[in-house]
Order: sequence, then structure tokens, then C-alpha cells
Amino acid sequence: MSTAKGMKLTLKVWRQKNAESKGNLETYELEDVSPDSSFLEMLDILNDGLIQKGETPVEFDHDCREGICGSCSLYINGEPHGPGRRITTCQLHMRSFNDGDTIYVEPWRAKAFPVIKDLVVDRSAFDRIQHAGGYISVNTSGNTQDANAIPVEKENADQAFDAATCIGCGACVAACKNASASLFVSAKISQYALLPQGQVEAKDRVQNMVKQAQEEGFGPCSNTGACEIECPKGISLENIARMNREYLAASLAK
Amino acid sequence: MSLDSRIPEGPLSDKWTNHKNNIRLVNPANKRNIDVIVVGTGLAGGSASATLAELGYNVKAFCYQDSPRRAHSIAAQGGINAAKNYQGDGDSVYRLFYDTIKGGDYRSREANTYRLAEVSTNIIDQCVAQGVPFARDYGGLLDNRSFGGVLVSRTFYAKGQTGQQLLLGAYSAMNRQIAKGKIQMYNRHEMLDVVKVDGKARGIIARNLVTGEIERHSAHAVVLASGGYGNVFFLSTNAMGSNVTAAWKAHRRGAYMANPCYTQIHPTCIPVHGTQQSKLTLMSESLRNDGRIWVPKKKEDAEAVRAGRLKPTAIKEEDRDYYLERRYPSFGNLVPRDVASRAAKERCDAGYGVVDNDTKEGVFLDFSSAIERYGKEEAHVKGLKNPTKEDIQRLGKNVIESKYGNLFEMYQQITDENPYETPMKIYPAVHYTMGGIWVDYNLMTTVPGLYAIGEANFSDHGANRLGASALMQGLADGYFVLPYTIGDYLADDIRTGKIPTDTPEFEEAERNVRDQIDRLVNNNGSKTVDYFHKKLGLIMWNKVGMARTKEGLNEAINEIAALREEFWKEVRIPGTAEELNQELEKAGRVADFLELGELFARDALEREESCGGHFREEYKTEEGEALRRDDEFAYVSSWEFTGKPSEAILHKEDLQFDNVELKTRSYK
Repeated sequence: MSTAKGMKLTLKVWRQKNAESKGNLETYELEDVSPDSSFLEMLDILNDGLIQKGETPVEFDHDCREGICGSCSLYINGEPHGPGRRITTCQLHMRSFNDGDTIYVEPWRAKAFPVIKDLVVDRSAFDRIQHAGGYISVNTSGNTQDANAIPVEKENADQAFDAATCIGCGACVAACKNASASLFVSAKISQYALLPQGQVEAKDRVQNMVKQAQEEGFGPCSNTGACEIECPKGISLENIARMNREYLAASLAK
Repeated sequence: MSLDSRIPEGPLSDKWTNHKNNIRLVNPANKRNIDVIVVGTGLAGGSASATLAELGYNVKAFCYQDSPRRAHSIAAQGGINAAKNYQGDGDSVYRLFYDTIKGGDYRSREANTYRLAEVSTNIIDQCVAQGVPFARDYGGLLDNRSFGGVLVSRTFYAKGQTGQQLLLGAYSAMNRQIAKGKIQMYNRHEMLDVVKVDGKARGIIARNLVTGEIERHSAHAVVLASGGYGNVFFLSTNAMGSNVTAAWKAHRRGAYMANPCYTQIHPTCIPVHGTQQSKLTLMSESLRNDGRIWVPKKKEDAEAVRAGRLKPTAIKEEDRDYYLERRYPSFGNLVPRDVASRAAKERCDAGYGVVDNDTKEGVFLDFSSAIERYGKEEAHVKGLKNPTKEDIQRLGKNVIESKYGNLFEMYQQITDENPYETPMKIYPAVHYTMGGIWVDYNLMTTVPGLYAIGEANFSDHGANRLGASALMQGLADGYFVLPYTIGDYLADDIRTGKIPTDTPEFEEAERNVRDQIDRLVNNNGSKTVDYFHKKLGLIMWNKVGMARTKEGLNEAINEIAALREEFWKEVRIPGTAEELNQELEKAGRVADFLELGELFARDALEREESCGGHFREEYKTEEGEALRRDDEFAYVSSWEFTGKPSEAILHKEDLQFDNVELKTRSYK
């Protein structure tokens, strides 16, 4: 590991007291940040200092700090999850920055993700899209058929897995100029569309989930592909194409 | 109060079936009039919420995260065990049961563990039906791999993200019930007390973490699925928010805590890098299928590696000490977690550690042999006659990438080193707590109507948990056990009607919660919450960690009590209680860790033997292996709260072994 110590940084952090108030960027100076620290550990250091000085710390969502829970959601220097590719904010390390850098830290910006406080936003719209159809209707009985009763082509199983690795962080929405949730919605649609178990409800699922996304205020997709580049799990644009095919097929059938 | 584990009569393999046939059921029309609160939405809480709602109960589910999908089960990597025997390698329900009892060092209940093995096969069927995309082979059937402490391949997986896929499966089942209105979901809510009415659990007090509002919620039964308490060590592989608060508040209200000292220190984590570190990252145990663990044979080599003067790849084969293969030839790198962790500590304490941190703690996990082996295999498959060394390396690396790609990426991201080219550096870290709230066979605590499931209870793993068994237990409890057993209790509540919240009991509990919050925000001390949490963590790691002594434990007990006193004098919480305030949330959790830590150390002090994850230096064999003392300690330590951790009363539940013979665990 790198043994270099002591980066000096200027932070411009979005501060907003609550959903109703108007926010602004505050400037903070930090010294002696280890390049081996993660971005969130750097914010811990900032907060520690603020508390010592009697100021209120910066609130931000975070939990697992290993890139899988999807809580962390920072817009860093104009990019969701910062400069790295295929990582979340918590996996970003300070060695990705240079001594003396100025770093801008903002919350996700989208109408459907209102700010709760500082860098924390409300992503419950994503949950409501899942309520609209993100499941297979099977009760827990323990008497479903044997897990190996229906073979699934390996390629389909692997692609279903790739789609299912979406962590629901919302970076796709934050990256999109239309604040579209298409990559998120299409990942769930694709997972089930690629598996035999998902076929039965496929038509209702795609129509209901797309409708809910529109009602939540997410924008339309214009295929610029920013979402795919910023997605920490590398969810492919092909999923959006598959969702569109599913949607068309469902519309024609009804 | 005496402990009644309510284990059904009859032969081991018939107990669960007979029990299910004999317990009382609630008719569907009456279920509509019964409310159940579930705290936590990980594998246990998520699966229980969904299943209880499917059955017809009105479920209120609570999580502190912004969505139930983010509970820390999501981070489980390697897999889930099930006795399917799809590989035809001799697996069976009995063998899974036996491996689990043995792996737990004979400190778990036979009946619970057998039931776990029995329902394990249903879990896989259920998850596939839900659309969980497990790994499959080219014939389209499910693939398996092997984990530590066993000799069969019974682990189902979805790359290194099995926990994520299983949790999203449970989350999808919840979503279906949320859409139907059968689950009312309370995100960003934290449970801060249990409410008892006439001795029964009848509700909770929760804080809305966005508004700070203190809320009363009533129900006919309360289920705690709030996970483990590994964060008492500050640094662990748990999520930052993982905490003991729900369990501890229940303990204070009469639920006994069982075996709090049984902690799993996972052998393959990324070593600590410095004092600014906030958490530790696990590298899945599945890596031990192909990685070989070693340290240099010569101390001067270890020193040179630490100083950066010597590259590990430059150390010759004969100068490497593959200490697990040397000490445990039959299980080698796949010994159980507790054994692997202690062996790493032993080498590092002896001066052979390879990481340049304060404590020189770290060993190598090396994939070069596997890369070569797979490379040769692939070259053969592809019909390459005389493959070059580069061909073999390239082909081998491709195979390793397909198996562990995401883990290798994660490692490189954190350490800035490429594990395809140089061995990984790993060291044990706190990962899981086998101890937890005491429950009977029905998963009910010592408080009637209060249940504990998943990692929050103590029941199935004894003193050490086998890899890929946590996911199995969480889902077994939530999908297949609790939904049956809770009916037996709720059958008495069909005429009770809604539980009112405007009663003295709710009043008292709410006041209790408000008092603590007021005290914290008005304390105006001089130190941050993290200051105390880090201090507590160091005491726990150094004196209540991988190796424990009577002297050290006594010191820890005194130091933790003193730290707790300092906390309440000196802690400083910025902001107010009527807004989103993460420092206030942390403070409440650390206050409870400061009580738990003391009980934890007392439990370790009282248990004068070594078993599983609990290792007392005074009790070891001549070869340094754990020395169990079955005559005196084959029991569950169950602690009753009486006002202070130092005054908790110990109750013993004797463990009876009718189906397995107690042996000294050997993986040699």
C-alpha cells in the first residue's frame, strides 16, 4: 500500500437543512488525509472536525461501505460516485485525487429524489416501482417443485444474474439528463424476462413498472448511455432494449 | 425463571414433522385480526415479513435503512448451504446436521440444528421459484462449491454476491405483500424499546430517523430480526449501522442473552491500513477453495517483505510455510474459520506477519498454484500441444477471473495491488456473532410473544458457524420455522382485538426512550461518539478477541465500565433530536454496545474452556488446539438482566447429545 501521507484538500459540500430550505455549497479545508482512506472516511474526518468545533456534521447515506448495499449516493466533481468506474462512492479511495485538489460533493439531483438533508435524498420512488411488479407471485410453501426441475440455459442464467446485480443506488438517474430510471427498471424486467419463472407475469410486470416510473416523475430515456457508464455494477444498456421489446410485445398482446 | 427449550419428544428426524402436526393453527379469517411487528429486513426479517403476510397476518416491518433491500445480509458473498446432494458426493440431511454440530464445537442444540438441515433443501426450491439467479452449469442445472469444515460440495452461489441475490428474493416477496397492503413498511425507523403488557410483548417504540418523531406501534407479537453485534469491536465486516440496540433493549426488558462471547473472527479479510479506517472488508471464504495461505519460513524474509525490500513472488517455494496444509493435512486451507484465524494469529504473533501496519498482522493468500493448475487444464481442453508458460498463465487467470472476478476487483480497488500478479494479503476480522438472544425451539425468547430469528438469536451455530450457513439459517427461520411456530402462540389472541397504545405501558416505554435521547442531545461533553466506539473496539479486540485470558478479561470488564461512565459524562451530540441526526443514532447504539461489551467479557470469563470461536489461553492442548471441557461446560450460558451488566444472573441450559458423540474436533 502507498505510504504517502497527508493530502491537503478543499471541499465544496452541498449543505441543506431540510427538504423545504434552500441549500448552498460550503467550503471546507482538510489537511493530512491519507491516500489509503476511502472517500467516506475522508468525510468522517471532516465531520469529526466539525463536531469538535461545535458545528453540525454533513449528513450522507452510507452503510455497508463495501459497494453492495447501494446506500451511498454522492455526486462528486460532476459524476455519480466520482471519477472511478464500476465502483460506488464508498469504494472510491483518496489516491484517485491529487494533493491540493478542490472536490465538489453534491447529492443526487432528480425531481423524483427529493433532498432530505445535506447529501441525503429520498429514493423511496425506487421501492414503489418494485411494488408495482418487481416480483414473481409465488407463496412460501416449501412445496414448490425441485430447484433442478427446470434447467435454465447457462447464458440466460448468467445474463439474468448480471441484470440482478443492480444495487438500486440511483446513479443511473443522477447521471441522466432526463433523470430517467430506465436502467434501474429494465434491470429488474430483464432478470425475470430471462428466466422461465418470470414468464407468466411478464406482460403485466413491464407495463405496471414502466407506468409507475412515469408517475414517480422520472424522465424518458433518450439513449445517451450515461447511465451505463456511471453504473457501479456495469448494468448494460441492452437491458433497456430488452425492456422496450418486452413493453412493445405486451402492448401488442393487450 | 427456569429455561424450557421446548424441544419436542421423539426421534431426532421426526421432531419437526411431529411438532408441526401438533402445534395450534390460526384460521385464515382470524389471522386478519392479528398484527405482527418485525424489526429488521435482512434475510430473516424479510423472509418472515413476506411469509407472515402471505399467511394473512397484518405485518408492520421496520428497518433503519432507506429501503429494506439494503439490510446487511446483502453483503454476504460466498453462498448458501443445502443438503440437496446434487453432486452425488455423499451429502445428506444427517451429514449437514453433523457438520454443523461438529463445526459449532458441540455447543448447539441437536434438535434446532437438525431442523435447520432438514428445511435447507426447501430454501433452494423456494428461491429458484422466486427467480433468484443461482450459478448454473452448461447443462442448465445448479452448480455447487465447497466451503470450510466440510468434505462435500453443498454450497449454492451466485458469483460472490449470493447474499445480495437471496435478499433481493426476499425483498421481492415483501414487495408483493407491500403492494397488497399486507405489509406496512417503515423505512428509516429505528426500534428503541419493547413494550410489555401483562408480561407479553405487545409493541415497540420507534424513532422516525427523518423527523425525529417518537412513535408507538402495537402488535400481538414482536419479532426481532435485527442481526448481530459484531460492531461492538468498532472495526468489523458489519455495516456501519449494524447494532445491538433492538436486542439489547429486549434484553433489558427480560429477554435473556445467550453465549454473548461466541464471536466469529473470519480468517480472510483485508488487513487494517491505519487509524482513519472505518470498517473491514471480507474476502469470501470461497477463495480458500483455490487460494493457498502462507507466510515466509524465515523471519528475515517476513521483515524484508514488510519493509518493502522483498517481493513475495521472489520467495522460493521451499522458503514458504503453508502453515494450514502443514498443520491440518486432511482439510488444509479449508479448515473451519476459527481454526484458520487462530493459526494466522499464531504465525503473526511469532513474528512472521507480512503487512506493514502497527501490529504486523497479515498473511498471504496465494493463487499462483491454482492459476497454473487451471491453465494446464484449459490448455489440455483446448488441445494446445506445447503451451508456453504465458499461455498457461493467461488461461489460468481467465478461469480464476470467471470464478472470483468481482472479489479480485474489490481487493485491487481497496489495496491498489493486483492479486493476479502478487498474493493477496489477508488477516482475520470480526464477522459474525453466534451468540444472541436466547430462544426456545419455537424461536420465542424468555418474554412471551417476543421472538428472535436469524443472527439475532443464538440457536443453531454453537461456538462457531460454518461458512454459507448464516444465509441458510436466516431464511430457514424466516420462511419455514417462525411462520409455523408463531401460530401456536397467536392462537390465544384471536379474540384479543387491537392492542391500544394509549396505555401506561406505552407511556412508560416512550418516556424511557425520550429520557435517553434528551440526555444525549443535552450532554454537551467534549468528545465524539466515535472516540468512545474506537476505544471500546480496541479493548474488545485486544482483550476479548481471538485469544482471551482471565487477567485480560477482568481488565476489560473494568475498563469498559469506566469507559461507559466517561461516555455519559463526556459525549457530545451536535444538532437536535427533531431532525435527521446520524450522530444521535450512533450515540444510542454505542451506549448499548458499552453495556453489551461488559456482559460479553463476563461471559468469556465465566466459560473456563476453549470452544469454537472462544479461545482461552489457559485451556489448550499441547499442540495449541482448543481444549473443550464437556463435563463442566456443555451448556448454553443465558444471562438475565437485573439493572447492570455486572449484576446479570447466569442461567444454564444443559445441552444433551443423544445422536452424536462428543469428540475433540480434528481437522488434521
